[in-house]
Amino acid sequence: MKIKVIIACCLALLLYNKAVATTLKIAYDTDPVSLDPHEQLSESTLQFSHLVFDPLLRWNKNGQFEARLATKWERLDSHTMRFFLRKNVVFSTGNTFSSKDVAYTIERLKKSPDFRAMFDTIDKVTMVDEYTIDVHTTYTNPLLLNIMTYVFPIDKAFYQGKDQIIKYGETFASRNVSGTGPYILDNRELGSWMELTRNPNYWDKNSKGNADKIILTPIRTDSTRLAALLSGDVDFIFPVSPIDIERAKKVSGIQLVTLPSTRILLLHMNQNRRKEFQDVRVRKAINLAINQALIVDKILKGYATPAGQLSSDRFLGHINGLEPEYDVEKALELMKEAGYEKGFRISMMAPNNRYMSDEKVAQAISAMLSRIGITVELKTLPKAQYFKEYDNRSADMMMLGWQSDTMDSNNLFEFIIACPDTNTGMGAYNASEYCRPEIDADIRQANREMNPERRLRLLQQIEWKIYNDSAVVPLYWQSLTWAAKDGVNIKDIVNDQNYPHIGDLFIEE
Amino acid sequence: MLIFLLRRLLQACFVMIIISLISFSIQDKLGDPVQQMVAMTVSPEERNQLRNELGLNDGFLIQYWRFAKGAIQGDLGTSYYYKEPALDVILEKLPATLELAFCAILIVILIATPCGVMAAIKPKHILSRLLMVTSSIGLSVPIFIVAILMVYIFSIELNIAPSFGRGQTTEVLGLWESGLFNKNGLSHLLLPSLSLAIALMPIFVRLIRAEMMDVLQSEYIRFAWSKGLSARRIYFIHALKNTMLPVITVGGIQAGTLVAYTILTETIFQWPGMGFLFMDSVSRVDTPLVSAYLIVVGGIFVITNTFVDLIYGLFNPTVRLASHGL
Repeated sequence: MKIKVIIACCLALLLYNKAVATTLKIAYDTDPVSLDPHEQLSESTLQFSHLVFDPLLRWNKNGQFEARLATKWERLDSHTMRFFLRKNVVFSTGNTFSSKDVAYTIERLKKSPDFRAMFDTIDKVTMVDEYTIDVHTTYTNPLLLNIMTYVFPIDKAFYQGKDQIIKYGETFASRNVSGTGPYILDNRELGSWMELTRNPNYWDKNSKGNADKIILTPIRTDSTRLAALLSGDVDFIFPVSPIDIERAKKVSGIQLVTLPSTRILLLHMNQNRRKEFQDVRVRKAINLAINQALIVDKILKGYATPAGQLSSDRFLGHINGLEPEYDVEKALELMKEAGYEKGFRISMMAPNNRYMSDEKVAQAISAMLSRIGITVELKTLPKAQYFKEYDNRSADMMMLGWQSDTMDSNNLFEFIIACPDTNTGMGAYNASEYCRPEIDADIRQANREMNPERRLRLLQQIEWKIYNDSAVVPLYWQSLTWAAKDGVNIKDIVNDQNYPHIGDLFIEE
Repeated sequence: MLIFLLRRLLQACFVMIIISLISFSIQDKLGDPVQQMVAMTVSPEERNQLRNELGLNDGFLIQYWRFAKGAIQGDLGTSYYYKEPALDVILEKLPATLELAFCAILIVILIATPCGVMAAIKPKHILSRLLMVTSSIGLSVPIFIVAILMVYIFSIELNIAPSFGRGQTTEVLGLWESGLFNKNGLSHLLLPSLSLAIALMPIFVRLIRAEMMDVLQSEYIRFAWSKGLSARRIYFIHALKNTMLPVITVGGIQAGTLVAYTILTETIFQWPGMGFLFMDSVSRVDTPLVSAYLIVVGGIFVITNTFVDLIYGLFNPTVRLASHGL
């Protein structure tokens, strides 16, 4: 009898819990351009992918891989890796997930203009059986697993035949979606809001996620977004601007979570435009004259980590103890030695709405450089115009922020440090026009080196060379700050790539 | 009347051609649309190919000719972001902006008229003086400060009105989605329309006051007094009607300010209207949408001013339309 009562109570409780729907209202600064997960490689597309699709594997908080749609994987030989897929997973259309979907997704990624560069390394995918696939790479690739975190299998039966990717036109995939993810898209008004409901057939029964409904609103203005959280109109926001963080912290009922990210901010000194920058002493002097710690402390209010190198401590190439140096005396001496005692004039450009407080940071830098006699004509531009100027290399000194897609140092070196080469795409963002063939050779070798020890040494060697040459001016690694109402346990689900795992978000009643 | 309207139509076409030329020539300065469409890692050649496909590498005249050909058929280009005809996107957002502007104008009329009249009738009264002081403060405080202050007071501290968005909408006669007919929509409308009204109000209060004081000195009002008409009839029928002429003219000119202020208000309150759309498309370098917006707004200007001239005739029958407005 007693047991029956307890069971009845439990059932009643269960039903009660079911009856009270939990809605989570999220406000980010952007929303995905398209429902097609392969149309644009951007933060908002990937955030959306984590909601409606599932990756084969993902990064957990400690920088380790976590199995998702792939349950395990093993290396067969130097060019091949085998993935075992999860069974009993269905797409929101009801189609069953199997190896054909993964093979199809990777083929499609290889055709996507944005993802192509990353997936070029995959030669082909073969299906061993319904739940096993082999991924063949063109060369031995130590980063294959990192790349596989971008594989969010899509429903082959649903997309096939109407899966073209067009950047500026409507396609079937940009308007319709079928994934295996924790949420199913209900409705959407592009640029205004998006409504999702919890997938009742979600395979991950261990997930703590309990939001039945999600309403995602992009709010572009920092102050409006914060006001929306403070007034209770939304539950979870990103980002919080550094000047608001202290104020938001004082409000009761609001929690802030900050994580250091791997996005490096740096300055390029264009050696083709200025002969002065060809002199390593001048480059060193500039590095010494800029006080990264002060910028982080005063302008970013501590929400960044001063950087003396490009690789953040999560990356393999990071050198412990290589801190930013600041010494104006020595900088002045170096300038004198190089014959620029009287200083010179340079132009500098920076964006004013791309990175956290970018304009103020640029102003601070121009003030710091004036102390060693370098007069900076600073021009800041909105990001839409800035990157056009960046591609044209329109100023002697330019600011850049870079997030490595593969979570590896080599991606930074390939795009920022390697000799610019339009054929291979290497050095595409190298606005220093700095070129060291031996670094290029190291980069190529690190791309194939499977031995972690040797790979670590290679990457650190590149990092040392950049430091000794003062090739660029590393500034800081930006931090990410989220805010939410108390009771929304965002601490457990945010990560340094800014792809919050909302599917696992637990909200206390 | 017909000739007047025809002339206005001609004028509108002329204005829009000029606007389209200007908007076309500044497109280059906005930035690179392709940059917004692709990831950082996409190679320059691929970007260039995309630019070719979009026709962005053609000369200015070729691009303008292509645009003009479409525009004659009512096609103002396709938005890069929304991937729909730019005009459709704008018209979809138009009701939200119109409702906001309508409510703001309503608030202005309902509050500014009695305030202005009051300040004119009893210029020495303490309330009138207070009104004048607040209106000059209102004139000098920028709208975004007003808006942010309102959000702070009414949403964050008092928690009586939502801080952003448009809330629920209901469909009216199958024509448009309206926020005016349900409580949630109205509560969302409160702060944006009030901020917009506060920005526009002071100039009207001062104008009505000055005009009214002028009119009250005139012969016919003195005559009306001696005739023994009631005070209410003199102030609100005889005097106010003649006060309104310059007010309407200024109102027509203020339509431009209204459009500019809706852009600001909508951005601050995340109001999903045309102004917000415009700001967004500028930052996304959605050039077809930017051009289309400027042309539509140009059209709205011409239409409002035509209306103003028509209303002018109603208030003052001595104004002849045919000789007016061109």
